[in-house]
Amino acid sequence: MKPPAPDRARSGTPERGAPLPAPTPGHAVARYCKDVYAIAEMEVRKLRHDPGELLTRAIQPVLWLLVFGQVFARTHAIPTGDVAYIDFLAPGILAQSVLFVAIFYGISVIWERDLGIVHKFLVSPAPRTALVLGKALSAGVRALSQALIVYVLALLLGVGLDLNPLHIAGVLAAIVLGSGLFSMLSLIIACIVKTRERFMGIGQVLTMPIFFASNAIYPLSLMPDWLRAVSHVNPLTYEVDALRALMLANGTSDFGLVVDFAILLAAGAMLTAIAARMYARMGF
Amino acid sequence: MDILITEGLSRRFGDLMAVDSLTLRVRAAEIFGLLGRNGAGKSTLIKMLTTLLPPSAGSARVGGYDIVKDAGRVRGIIGSVPQALSADGELTGRENLQVFARLYDLPRALRSQRIDEGLAFMGLAEAADTLVKAYSGGMIRRLEIAQSMLHRPPVLFLDEPTVGLDPVAREAVWEHIRELRARYRTTIVLTSHYMDEVEELCDRVAILRRGRSVAIGTLPELRAGTGNPEASLAQVFSHFTGDAAESGAAYRETSRTRQSAQRHA
Repeated sequence: MKPPAPDRARSGTPERGAPLPAPTPGHAVARYCKDVYAIAEMEVRKLRHDPGELLTRAIQPVLWLLVFGQVFARTHAIPTGDVAYIDFLAPGILAQSVLFVAIFYGISVIWERDLGIVHKFLVSPAPRTALVLGKALSAGVRALSQALIVYVLALLLGVGLDLNPLHIAGVLAAIVLGSGLFSMLSLIIACIVKTRERFMGIGQVLTMPIFFASNAIYPLSLMPDWLRAVSHVNPLTYEVDALRALMLANGTSDFGLVVDFAILLAAGAMLTAIAARMYARMGF
Repeated sequence: MDILITEGLSRRFGDLMAVDSLTLRVRAAEIFGLLGRNGAGKSTLIKMLTTLLPPSAGSARVGGYDIVKDAGRVRGIIGSVPQALSADGELTGRENLQVFARLYDLPRALRSQRIDEGLAFMGLAEAADTLVKAYSGGMIRRLEIAQSMLHRPPVLFLDEPTVGLDPVAREAVWEHIRELRARYRTTIVLTSHYMDEVEELCDRVAILRRGRSVAIGTLPELRAGTGNPEASLAQVFSHFTGDAAESGAAYRETSRTRQSAQRHA
């Protein structure tokens, strides 16, 4: 039998279509990016239909900065060098609020699996990594609203912010990366536990250790050795480090921005690769 | 001409042979029904044919492509509507289609044309820009079918296409499935529990029991096979499937079916 021409069916040229040129690597890359964009755009669009979510997410960073931050700034209990504690805290809280949103991202995938939505994505010819990368990117874009909230609040609190547009762009990049990688971690967990109840339990259990074993609310130098060792393999530490250097007028980085971004990228790529394999199993 | 061929296709879950060395041939442009009780292996079979689940043994080709080795190509030439609700309620009907028009790599110029055509064909033109969560069950099903046809796949899989729909909505979905085949010469493989649905739509039917095919043929052929040409389809069904106790997968599948029925209603 003569198989129906798949390329024609895919590209949708009319049935009589001329033979298609052989796909080039450039074409494949362009397609891949288009698939990632299609997923990310869809997720962001959903947010536009329901912007209320953005408001509820603002509550947590506001509480941390206003209540926790104000109180601890008064005690002067945490030595942060030349940087005021509230300044030190602002990038940490930004990273934390991004983490808290991202770590529960997987629940939407469980929801989509219980319906047939995951199934529909998986029968499409889009590569699995493009599907999950699109989701990671959308989680990153969603997290940008947290940046807006924290910047406004920080300005009101008199934090010495660095408003150089290039540095702000760096902050946004760090947020998209951090949010993307923690949402991939969340997606992996969702693929393992498969039910909402178990997922919520694990999400709760994970957030606090990731948050406390990082430099988000106190400097690494205060930590006992074992905790410092843990914090060095925690991607959140590098996200906070990058944010602190880029966001504050007199902020400095402990590890250097190149190291920060390299680690965030590497961790993100690794988690995306794992997430793509796990996501494919959601069709079973 | 056979567009879908399985050879000894099997899938094991632990001790359970969900699909047990199944050999089937589906001809181009036919509407082929997979009939069987809960747990007979229909959904597992569809999952394998749509490349979601790797087989434990045996092989299958769709449109000439191997479902394991050429999974990517198979995905490009099939459409699939799962039993569970698969349209996104938070998006409009048109937005639902736009995502997939992109994922199937339709050229930009063709995208809006295909989307408009699909919406009109399925009688959804007026509801195109309404959020899907406001759709009726029948509208959602038609939208899902429109979405699965955007890239004009030669083979379309429908898993329980009318589960949970009221009689009027079912008739409408049937009508659209028939028109789809007439217009695009699509080969349609569908699973069903419903005798009337199979009678209405299918050219040929395979009856599955415990993962095996116990009868294949046109309805008159199956009737003849029971020794009673006047047999009702229900009689044909119980003749071939026996009154075997349902398998252990029944609870889970029943709960899934009811859930998706509820969501579609």
